[in-house]
Amino acid sequence: MQVTVTVNGVEYTKEIEGRLLLVHFLRDTLGLTGTHWGCDTSNCGTCVVWMDGEPVKSCTVLAAMAGGREVRTVEGLANGAELDPIQEGFRQCHGLQCGFCTPGMLMTCRHLLDKNPDPTEGEIREAISGQICRCTGYSSIVRSVRWAAVHEAEAAETKEEAVAQ
Amino acid sequence: MQVPAPFEYERATSVDQAIGLLERLGSSARLVAGGHSLLPMMKLRLANFEYLIDINDLHGELGYIRLGADEVRIGAMTRHRELLESDALAQVFPVFRDAEKVIADPIVRNRGTLGGSLCQADPSEDLSAVCTTLDASCVIRGANGERVVSMEEFHVGPYETAVADNEILTEIRIPVKSGKSGSAYAKVERRAGDWAVVSAGAAIWLDDKGHIHDARVGLAAVGPNTTGIPEISAALRGHEPDESLFELAGAIAARSCDPSTDTRGSAEYKRHLADELTRRTLRKAVERARS
Repeated sequence: MQVTVTVNGVEYTKEIEGRLLLVHFLRDTLGLTGTHWGCDTSNCGTCVVWMDGEPVKSCTVLAAMAGGREVRTVEGLANGAELDPIQEGFRQCHGLQCGFCTPGMLMTCRHLLDKNPDPTEGEIREAISGQICRCTGYSSIVRSVRWAAVHEAEAAETKEEAVAQ
Repeated sequence: MQVPAPFEYERATSVDQAIGLLERLGSSARLVAGGHSLLPMMKLRLANFEYLIDINDLHGELGYIRLGADEVRIGAMTRHRELLESDALAQVFPVFRDAEKVIADPIVRNRGTLGGSLCQADPSEDLSAVCTTLDASCVIRGANGERVVSMEEFHVGPYETAVADNEILTEIRIPVKSGKSGSAYAKVERRAGDWAVVSAGAAIWLDDKGHIHDARVGLAAVGPNTTGIPEISAALRGHEPDESLFELAGAIAARSCDPSTDTRGSAEYKRHLADELTRRTLRKAVERARS
């Protein structure tokens, strides 16, 4: 069958099998290997991408189900060479060790900050509760998200001041 | 790599069109909503179909929570996240929010649906226990129109429902009774977001004097399907709620359920949980009804 999916703003039309999972479509058909493939059972969350603005576990979504929809992956976070604040937060606060869970963590946490720009530690932990860091670096991940929240708020304030002046 | 066996993918654009496809394809086809129960089963080759009909585009038609004076109607495509986040639903039936908080995780809840959960008919499934507790009925639509069945009729065995090959579950209806009411849900699980070892829902309705007008308990993971226990309702009606009454209900729950020993626990442990969780949820439901 043929499927047309928009990934990070680019429209792709591909011939696929109905049973192809979204995670394999992204990695193998499109070559976007930023999205990781982990447990295959919707437990670990490293395959999280956005579909129509909502985080989903792409190992449990058919590529065909994404037809006509907009997908955003970790490759769609940075603006050219400029990292998204959530990526910068992970860099500044050592939010990754081996990096395997990172793409899923980044996508979930970006979504959290979009919905809730000033999350508490509890809210961050709840948001990533469907994801596993095999290095158990949760404390650093929480700090990274807080870093992003604080710096985004500061950046917004600076921008407002600049506009006011 | 876990991948389902080959199938043809179809996408439904309306309920009527989905029924048309089912009429044509018969038992070789299956509807898929959120897919977070069905796709894992298909990956393990425990479920195989020639055709899979994606009904996610029906969210506009079947994704709703409508609160009426004597009935709450919830569309089958309403997602877990929507059930969790609905303040209006939590106000009338707090048992929904209690349960949704312990169903899988936030990302899975973005996809999974009420209808999909009920149609999966897993004996450990939480929303089935919630719907059993609240005496819900299920609206099933086919080419010849709609029929409405009770939860007891809906689940005909583990992973089996009353929905025929050419039908679709469209709506869940929950009666709203007069008087003060409260409800609650509690689950014991091996790890966060897992299937229940045992879980219990309780709902209680009090009359003007504060006596129990009606009470219902629904248990998951202790029988072939989620279990409502009429004996508890009969024992509680007309009495003033107190700890000794909850103890009696717990004892009835432990004796009436039918758990089996498996990797999640022994039958004896599960009976203990049925007792404890029945008492716990009844206590909470009464507390909520009084507040």
